[in-house]
Amino acid sequence: MNLTLKVWRQSGPTDSGHFETYEATDVKDEMSFLEMLDLVNENLIDSGHEPITFDSDCREGICGTCGLMINGQAHGPQKGTATCQLHMRKFHDGETVTIEPWRAAAFPIVKDLMVDRSAFDAIIESGGFITSDTGGPRDANEILIPKAAADTAMDAAACIGCGACVAACPNGAAQLFTSAKLAHLNLLPQGQVERWKRTEDMVETMEMFFGSCTNYGECQEACPKEIPIDFIAMMNRDFLKSKIKNRKLQGQR
Amino acid sequence: MSTITLDSKIPSGPVEERWENHKFNMKLVNPANKRKFTVLVVGTGLAGAAAAATLAELGYHVKCFTFHDSPRRAHSIAAQGGINAAKNYKNDGDSVKRLFYDTVKGGDFRSRESNVHRLAEVSVNIIDQCVAQGVPFAREYGGLLDNRSFGGSQVSRTFYARGQTGQQLLLGAYQALMQQVSLGRVELHTKTELLDVVTKDGVAAGIVTRDLITGDIQSWAGHATLLCTGGYGNAFYLSTNAMNSNVTAAWRAHKKGALFANPCYTQIHPTCIPASDEFQSKLTLMSESLRNDGRIWVPKQFDDNRAPENIPEADRDYFLERKYPSFGNLAPRDIASRSAKQVVDEGRGVGPIKNGVYLDFAESIGRLGENVVFERYGNLFDMYERITDENPMKMPMRIYPASHYTMGGLWVDYNLMTNIPGLYALGEANFSDHGANRLGASALMQGLADGYFVAPNTIGDYLAGLLGKTPVGTDDPAFATSVAAVQDDMRRWISVGGTKSPEYYHRELGKLVWDYCGMARDKNGLEKALSEIPALREEFESNVRVLGDPDGVNQSLEKVGRVADFFELGELMCRDALMREESCGGHFRVEHQTEDGEAKRDDENFSFVGAWEWEGKGSTPTLHKEPLVFETVKPVVRSYK
Repeated sequence: MNLTLKVWRQSGPTDSGHFETYEATDVKDEMSFLEMLDLVNENLIDSGHEPITFDSDCREGICGTCGLMINGQAHGPQKGTATCQLHMRKFHDGETVTIEPWRAAAFPIVKDLMVDRSAFDAIIESGGFITSDTGGPRDANEILIPKAAADTAMDAAACIGCGACVAACPNGAAQLFTSAKLAHLNLLPQGQVERWKRTEDMVETMEMFFGSCTNYGECQEACPKEIPIDFIAMMNRDFLKSKIKNRKLQGQR
Repeated sequence: MSTITLDSKIPSGPVEERWENHKFNMKLVNPANKRKFTVLVVGTGLAGAAAAATLAELGYHVKCFTFHDSPRRAHSIAAQGGINAAKNYKNDGDSVKRLFYDTVKGGDFRSRESNVHRLAEVSVNIIDQCVAQGVPFAREYGGLLDNRSFGGSQVSRTFYARGQTGQQLLLGAYQALMQQVSLGRVELHTKTELLDVVTKDGVAAGIVTRDLITGDIQSWAGHATLLCTGGYGNAFYLSTNAMNSNVTAAWRAHKKGALFANPCYTQIHPTCIPASDEFQSKLTLMSESLRNDGRIWVPKQFDDNRAPENIPEADRDYFLERKYPSFGNLAPRDIASRSAKQVVDEGRGVGPIKNGVYLDFAESIGRLGENVVFERYGNLFDMYERITDENPMKMPMRIYPASHYTMGGLWVDYNLMTNIPGLYALGEANFSDHGANRLGASALMQGLADGYFVAPNTIGDYLAGLLGKTPVGTDDPAFATSVAAVQDDMRRWISVGGTKSPEYYHRELGKLVWDYCGMARDKNGLEKALSEIPALREEFESNVRVLGDPDGVNQSLEKVGRVADFFELGELMCRDALMREESCGGHFRVEHQTEDGEAKRDDENFSFVGAWEWEGKGSTPTLHKEPLVFETVKPVVRSYK
């Protein structure tokens, strides 16, 4: 198939950026979206033009490196699918495809389709962990975890940190990302000791960078791992609790 | 010729006491002195993130580097199946001794007994550590940890988190690392790629990096440097490695004097999705755990064009079950891969371009029900369907082997130190634990063992000797020389002004390495490769086209340096494969096979680690041999029949 691409080109953070139009010819159904872009880039290099800068790495939908706005949708039209796992059979011959970077105040554009998502790392750094220095923990099977709790924690932990939730949100909010990590850790017995401090720290750090949540729900639609907004409700509840907890009596639930 | 003597520093005594004794015998650095030492950690996968976090917890000053935009993106994240540990929770006869034995045997008696025993010992601690961090391993209804079995073993010792075990383990290590960053004990440098290792008087002094955003070339000094930079599977171009996985850190260390061991030991994973065409950028792995419930088969007849559901049982060849009745579909990776290649080469392959074999779940679905099978493998099935547009619940998967892991790597002693004092290699970047073949679910184990438990212990022994000595500063001429060389390189690539992209040359190189040094190797092919690779390299050096500027983001410039290193490495892989006149594990020389086509080892002549020394561009590298001694596990013919 042949496609017309409208691709966002921006030479650096201070450049205002613009769309360029490219023809993608001889695109095969079996190609992934990024392989299609590889092909366009090869042709650009052949014709002496600088290739389009975009991030990608594992191309298995797990590292979270890639992420493009495709026709205005984060990661494109296929539900539960990261850009690298999107295949060209989802497009048709003659179509015009618009490709942009994530658009969010907290994710400044570095070049072309590459953005800086270090604000996510800042959220994790503020509390997205269970303090457990290496060395002599108790036997793994001494901590019993109900299967349902372990499964739900895993549902949340499946987040790949790609930023699609933020890009899809009209407010540029990071509630889904933050709540997924909080749910992962707060649902587990090991996570209880630091639960309230963690919640407070991560939410407040999130708010330093990102917009506010007004329940659009676009985030869960865009999430390649289909993480539900139920976790946001859990985070809100925990945040409220964290504010009224008497920390000295933390042992009391 | 140099005067390198390989001292593996293996402690004496019975194998099961060596690590304990060694830990006691090593020198310690007292807590107040630890903060006087700077340790550079390059790479933030399982080995790197675990080591950086643990060293910082101990009190060392750590500087940590990754070329990713976040440590969480390292390719460890893509490991699916699980992590082995000798917990014996299943009461099925597992023990440290059995994991040790399985790993030595699985590696086809080409690994170091002492290292493997230590690995099996600390495997137990890894699970405890990860659970304490909140890694959401799969559980049974009673709340206990669940296990599954994996290729190459007859016990269930594999812990897993759905099909995303690597992701969860990496996030655990990443979170521990980020906590240390928040405490100011780790200085984290993302989007920063190592381009040179700096030595002074033969001792590691630090590294030179390029900031991938600004293009700045920078120097970093440290008392010790840890390379945790993964394997070199992308030498084949098509592999299950991530697009950016590369050998550059290890290779530049090699060019500064670190020996590169067993480069021909590469693992071809049996269960990947077959390539669909030339444009394909990488291959996708389907977890080996699928072989627990899937049956592998091809049609008995050649060029059988019937749809799989129309091929009756009598016309199917379940070739692994036929050839290896006791292990069946769970035969180790090298054996399963080679068997698949054999049937495809015979013309019995399946799929549109006849380049795969079936992995069929019909029998399991009948036995366990659709729900159970989907609960176990649902995410893998979804992934498969996204790529191929076929549903494995309805029709068999198509799989074929692909390059996946590299057992070879920088030569290290028992302390994980290379032959350059102060320079360490951890995880897949070293050669030490898997011999000629790695068992499934053992890569995660080794990465975390090295990072959490081995290097943090052994590094103190080295640093203790440096107390009171001033480290070489970045103002030393050794750094300036290295920075100038790196900058020259950048300018040179841009000034070539040829006609073909770095990607093109990578693809062409990959074809050569795959054809001549892939699943089956022979003398003629390898000799051919040794003339064709340098010829292609010369063309690459004079005809590659890198556009843009060295300042700022330039992905072609990043790529071209990596491809250049793959060229030199690819040549060494072939040279090593040619030297090793035997078959063992993932290294299969067609001249050396048994009558029924199995790998034939030559213990008398090749029971050694082949460690190569760089002698300069265009010169033949020098081979150093470290003899392998088997005191506990007697080398036998590896049989999985």
